[in-house]
Amino acid sequence: MSVYYFAIVGATDNPIYEADITPSSRSSTLIDISRRDDHKHLNQFITHAALDVVEEIQWTSQAMYLKSIDRFNEFFVSSFVTAGNVKLMLLHDQKSEDSIKNFFNEIYELYIKILMNPFYEKNFPITSQQFDVRVKAVARRFL
Amino acid sequence: MLQYAQKRVNGIQDLEKRMNEFGYRVGTRLLELLSWREKVPKRETRVLGVLYFIHSVVWKALFNKQADSLEKSTENDDEYMISDNEPLLTRYISVPKELSQLNCNAYVAGIVEAVLDGCQFPARVTAHTVPIDGFPQRTTILIKLEKEVLQREELLK
Repeated sequence: MSVYYFAIVGATDNPIYEADITPSSRSSTLIDISRRDDHKHLNQFITHAALDVVEEIQWTSQAMYLKSIDRFNEFFVSSFVTAGNVKLMLLHDQKSEDSIKNFFNEIYELYIKILMNPFYEKNFPITSQQFDVRVKAVARRFL
Repeated sequence: MLQYAQKRVNGIQDLEKRMNEFGYRVGTRLLELLSWREKVPKRETRVLGVLYFIHSVVWKALFNKQADSLEKSTENDDEYMISDNEPLLTRYISVPKELSQLNCNAYVAGIVEAVLDGCQFPARVTAHTVPIDGFPQRTTILIKLEKEVLQREELLK
């Protein structure tokens, strides 16, 4: 069973949205709770450290999907940078690039829909329940 | 929108600033939306790239035509100008003599500023009216980029 940690980081390096995704287990989150608690803060830390790498790489390529940019033990960090410099970061362990690319594209579309909301300011935390539900659904499909 | 702002400000600079802020909010959303609608979504990493993006894609989305000219200033390295011969926005806004300094295209300037900010090219953007023969309403958007942008361009070359 693999655990993924997904985060959206705003243009000013503040986390806008975070999600722990466990694709194999859909029902309860009681399994391995102790293990997850131990590593949850680590996920955030690893992702934060990868932000520096993203900043360096983003100027060398015009593509939005930067593949696997950083490694930590057995975890890989992949990143997707949007036009407005909002970074979608995914912490994973050895997954196919194609499905992650599709995952990012779908999330990008969801993010744009949130951004279009006149009451939502860019770089604010996303608190919408709907968004959460949809992200989890996309994650189940592609991860 | 203009009337709403007019009641709440005291001064022309303030009114222009308000229009600029309105435009800014539109610009941030426009940038992401237009990038996403492209066949192959790409980010802009060069000054010329962003300016060209604004000059063609953004203008086309807003006014259904490309901007009339994109120029680089000869005096300063960090100044660029985008001009529009017939700004659609101010076509039906008549400015009384007392407020002749006001340029309502500060709204469009706000949109441009937001697109630049989003692509990480901070700049000061202002709108000026420069009438020439045949086009009394020709407006120029003046873009003054920050120093760090130029430094980064140098590094990337």
